[in-house]
Amino acid sequence: MPRINSASELEKLRKGILSVRDPDKPCIAICAGMGCLGLSNGRVISAFEEEVDKKDLKAKVEIRATGCHGYCEKGPVVVIYPEEICYVEVTPKDIPEIVSQTVLGKKVIDHLIYTNPDTGEKSAHLSEIPFYKNQMRQIFGNNTKIDPRSIDDYLAVGGYSALSKSLLEMSPEEVIDEVKKANLRGRGGGGFPAGRKWDTARNAPGKEKYVIVNAHEGESGAYMDRAILSGNPHSVLEGLIIGAYAIGSHQGFIYARHDAPQLKKNIDIALAKAGEYGLLGENILGSGFDFHVEVHLDIGIFVSGESSALMRSIEGNTPEPRPKYIHTSVKGIWKKPSVLNNVETWANVPLIINKGAEWYASTGTARSKGTKLVSLSGNIINTGVAEVPFGTTIREIVYGIGGGIPKGKKLKAIHFGGPMGGSIPESLLDKPLDFDELAKLGASIGAGSMLVLDEDTSMVDVARYFLDFLSNESCGKCVPCREGIRQMLKILTNICDGKGREGDIELLEEISDVTGAASLCALGKTAADPLLSTLRYFRDEYETSIAKVISPAEKRE
Amino acid sequence: MIMGKQKKMSEIIVQIDGKEVKAAEGMTILEAAQKADIFIPTLCYHEKLEPYGACRMCTVEVEVRGWTNLVAACLYPVEQDLIVRTRSEKVDKIRKLILEFLLAHAPCSPQLQDLAQEYGADKDRFEKESSFCIVCGLCVRYCAEVKKKNAVGFVDCGARREISFIPEIASKECNSCKECFALCPTSYLQAAFVLTESLAFPAESSQTALKK
Repeated sequence: MPRINSASELEKLRKGILSVRDPDKPCIAICAGMGCLGLSNGRVISAFEEEVDKKDLKAKVEIRATGCHGYCEKGPVVVIYPEEICYVEVTPKDIPEIVSQTVLGKKVIDHLIYTNPDTGEKSAHLSEIPFYKNQMRQIFGNNTKIDPRSIDDYLAVGGYSALSKSLLEMSPEEVIDEVKKANLRGRGGGGFPAGRKWDTARNAPGKEKYVIVNAHEGESGAYMDRAILSGNPHSVLEGLIIGAYAIGSHQGFIYARHDAPQLKKNIDIALAKAGEYGLLGENILGSGFDFHVEVHLDIGIFVSGESSALMRSIEGNTPEPRPKYIHTSVKGIWKKPSVLNNVETWANVPLIINKGAEWYASTGTARSKGTKLVSLSGNIINTGVAEVPFGTTIREIVYGIGGGIPKGKKLKAIHFGGPMGGSIPESLLDKPLDFDELAKLGASIGAGSMLVLDEDTSMVDVARYFLDFLSNESCGKCVPCREGIRQMLKILTNICDGKGREGDIELLEEISDVTGAASLCALGKTAADPLLSTLRYFRDEYETSIAKVISPAEKRE
Repeated sequence: MIMGKQKKMSEIIVQIDGKEVKAAEGMTILEAAQKADIFIPTLCYHEKLEPYGACRMCTVEVEVRGWTNLVAACLYPVEQDLIVRTRSEKVDKIRKLILEFLLAHAPCSPQLQDLAQEYGADKDRFEKESSFCIVCGLCVRYCAEVKKKNAVGFVDCGARREISFIPEIASKECNSCKECFALCPTSYLQAAFVLTESLAFPAESSQTALKK
């Protein structure tokens, strides 16, 4: 493949790819995301290949192992294009029927399509299934159409046009302005305006600057970043190169997980392909802009994803956070200006450049623009990754997309943001998905994990669980975090074991005050957030558990 | 004249506990305070080592352009018009609890006992822990930064973080050095060394003992 040296060569190549693709040619898109991988989709894929081979259909039918479709609950998921017929929970024995009936016969197989468990209503097409219908998939939608290992697939859906526009038609300042106007906020948890961060780094002194994709995703219950990066790696890479151009960086890093081999493989392929096409490396698209990317795998603890710890890890040091009295956008990796954004944040960038800030900002709420990917888990009918516009109510997500609570149970709470987040009770379900609204409720949106909890859940145990997680996954460097978590965990374990004592709640509050105020990094500062939110909304559960224990002793006295 | 001008450029006036203190650019609050004989308690700080910011005993209240914040004095760089309060209700509350956390590990440490008295910390507030190491890292950092030997390091993370001698290095380096022993605020380090020695290189240690 010859290098692409200009915008016109890119468009010529794109036309070339599209011209040999017949939109009416049947395409079997099999989800090869990590959830489906766990459900043996490999056997489904090879069964399709064998069947197509056996029937000598190789020239007439395309098989595409795509990125995550999001509907993990019903995996392995298979979509047959061009009709977009969606089959769920597909097994290898279904394959001959799908090929003969649907791919060739254009008929829908009734027993393989989605059936609404409440109404019995069946949906044959992807866009009719409630899980998909109620979403707005502007970041995630291409996942069903792209083989993550194929750069041509990405180019076929318009990929790298935003890069070409940025490098060849816009100045770095114009790119930053567009991102600022779009009010793109960091999707990793902080919600910090990305444009402002970029601006700081651009204006910071120094020639060498870095851009980083934070693909660490250690938040329990969060798996949307994996779905984007392994399913559509070029969209993240394109955003990263645009960001690098905007701040004046020539070296980028992707910090990903060591325990996701498929992710690593797909990133490596994407980087190699982009390099081959001249979209990465020297003189990108003939613009004179050079940019290289290195992949780093994490040291497998949660705190590795904290920005300063992550940067130390890239330097080759232990992933321990350092204080950020000087921002990492001024002094980051090797004390050079470094812009770190999360996977989803980078994936939003091409969209903003392509369609403009005004279009982008027309979705969402006053201060949270665009869409957000959330990952649903816990006591919910539809586990999976969903994309919704900011402002969607939590109720719509849980019931409209998630399908509600299984086994006829009542919903008790939704826990956002994993071990640094918080829970909201059922009564607040009509609140919108919004960075600031949720933070006000004490349940920071975090990276977007939504753990749904039914009436049988003990909220004290939820708080205990997250502190237990952190006691293993923090670095242990600073005293308020290490010892504070140790002591809070002990108290909560006692309460859960029926050994709570009067004064425990007050002691928990005192410790959480100090941990929150004096810890070195954001992990320690927010370690008590799940505890505090459960105390805020479910204090009676704490009191009841403690009272149960105290009364007999008091009687004896 | 040029020199005078340069000096003026890098000189920063900060206010610590109501007292005007002259500091140089690049200094930390702790350094500026020490220069002015204002005491800020520390446990993991050592003048020969890079600031570490782990014990948080040096937490102070700062006011910058109207914003009040709690920061670690050993790390926070001075800036013009910075106002620092080394004691306040919040600061004292933090230091007291930090001491109580650490006294659960090392109730007999004289350094901790002295500070406990100052801040009214109760050594029995929390159940005693089995390890009396307070993970200040003075030994680890001294060995790495000053001696450049790395004979003692941190192992594990979170609540399980501890120090450990690396027998292969310790057996060669430690008997002739032991400079870190005096730094340890709880004498846990000596215990850890003796244990490593007896388990991993008893021969070398008995020979040293005989020679003495």
